[in-house]
Amino acid sequence: MIPQTHLIEVTYIIAVVLFILSLKWLSSPATARHGVWAGEAGMLLAIIGTLLYNGIVDYKWIAIALVLGAIIGVPLGNVQMTAVPQRTALSHAFGALCVTLVGTAEYYLRTPNVPPFVMSVLSLEVILGGLTFTGSLMAAGKLQEVLPQRPITYKGQNFVNLGMLGIAIVLAVMLVHNPANTHLYPMMVGISLIFGVMMIVPIGGADMPTVISLLNSYAGLSAAAMGFVLNSKLLIVAGSLDGASGFILSVNMSKAMNRSFTNVLFGAFGQVQTAVAGAVEQRNVRSATPEEAAAILSAANKVVIVPGYGMAVAQAQHKVRELYDALTKRGIDVKFGIHPVAGRMPGHMNVLLAEADIPYDKLLDMDEINGELPQTDVALIIGANDVTNPAARTDASSPIYGMPILDVDKARTVMVIKRSMSPGFAGIDNPLYYLDNNLMLFGDAKQFVNSIVRELTGGGGH
Amino acid sequence: MVTNDLFNSLYVFILAAFIGFEVIRKVSPLLHTPLMSLTNALDAIAVVGAIILAGERKSTLALVLGTIAIVAATSNIVGGFIITDRMLKMFKSSRTQKP
Repeated sequence: MIPQTHLIEVTYIIAVVLFILSLKWLSSPATARHGVWAGEAGMLLAIIGTLLYNGIVDYKWIAIALVLGAIIGVPLGNVQMTAVPQRTALSHAFGALCVTLVGTAEYYLRTPNVPPFVMSVLSLEVILGGLTFTGSLMAAGKLQEVLPQRPITYKGQNFVNLGMLGIAIVLAVMLVHNPANTHLYPMMVGISLIFGVMMIVPIGGADMPTVISLLNSYAGLSAAAMGFVLNSKLLIVAGSLDGASGFILSVNMSKAMNRSFTNVLFGAFGQVQTAVAGAVEQRNVRSATPEEAAAILSAANKVVIVPGYGMAVAQAQHKVRELYDALTKRGIDVKFGIHPVAGRMPGHMNVLLAEADIPYDKLLDMDEINGELPQTDVALIIGANDVTNPAARTDASSPIYGMPILDVDKARTVMVIKRSMSPGFAGIDNPLYYLDNNLMLFGDAKQFVNSIVRELTGGGGH
Repeated sequence: MVTNDLFNSLYVFILAAFIGFEVIRKVSPLLHTPLMSLTNALDAIAVVGAIILAGERKSTLALVLGTIAIVAATSNIVGGFIITDRMLKMFKSSRTQKP
């Protein structure tokens, strides 16, 4: 049990206040760093308070574990910004591992005297913790590209997955009924661990923003369940804050991908989209050279740049920043339109652009930028495809019909930097490329942006 | 007593969930990645449960599992705060930025 002595409770209450303030201050970039300090202070206080607990008989292993954890944590805090999604997935796994291990130890300490309610939340804790642990490891592996990124599907997959989850729940019910059934406990945890792997197997790279958010939510809920088991209000609060955050982000991501709410809850977002065969008749595509692109850009008053993950893959962020500088210097208004699923996790693209020193007040989300696109002279798309596809608005037969998109086609001129005419990740043809106001800029994103910048700064652009 | 604890816990859970929804809804989409890394670090407060488990040393199993759990949670605390701060440091406004 978490100790109830007054001093410790006071440190916990202050920690809870600091945690809530921490998230509150995160609402704006101006105060966000205070949020980190508040979080750190709350965490330190809670840990010190816990160490004062007089039931602790041995500090040796605690000290070793704290030091070891810090040694592992430092490099994980210093990964490259492009690797933040896999780091986040890995930390969901660590969080879930902690919760699962504590739950397991509690079970073996208390059995057979586990009241039904405690056994229920303990089962919830370790089932959620177990599936989040292996699921997050799988997600991290796919993001790090040590595992194949393409979805692996087979017949009856949903049946198998739901069946496994069902068995885990049945075992939990049996344990609630009779907690002394110690042989059932490892089976329940084992099936949850396998379920976590199977859950992520059918999910492809493009769905990762939703998956990470969902795993975040599960990790938070399992920690809250642990709070119920240990009767710790501090853990319940921290876990529900994390769970709420993950839940909100999952819903955001599912809306951005046009997937239903139930789809998110059950994690069944792996459906392979039926790729439309490229039986499109040869239509006219206009292309332009860097010189022409630079001339059009320098004649504009208002430019919106739409970056996609392709830009990050090409490592073109810093060239894009040079383009932003060159255009801004000429008095051109440059903004960035960020689709919610532009990166590999919610908000990832903003971090990548902020790293390239692009001011955050120039980064606009989808709703904000869509209001401005009709008055925009040039929309420049770099490494994004499906999120700009007007078929999502107009073509009911398109697999992405209904998905909210950036209305770049409403700009006076659209320019798309792309290697070739090959369709995007979802294998869907993009009618944008055949519009009269569209120009294709064929080439590598980094090199092409660089050529435009050279034209603009070299004085030969107009 | 057990029922009392249960209902107290449920009240806390429901109130915290509402606060969470209200506070987090106001977080700018700009900062959704730091939001996730910060909540992840805060979630690692589970370390307090692990510390007691390892410290009380009621069984060898509890000591071993508790110790591993402390390592896992501490790495999230340290790594989570470091990376969140690194990300937030990068967000600069065009008004405050030097040319």
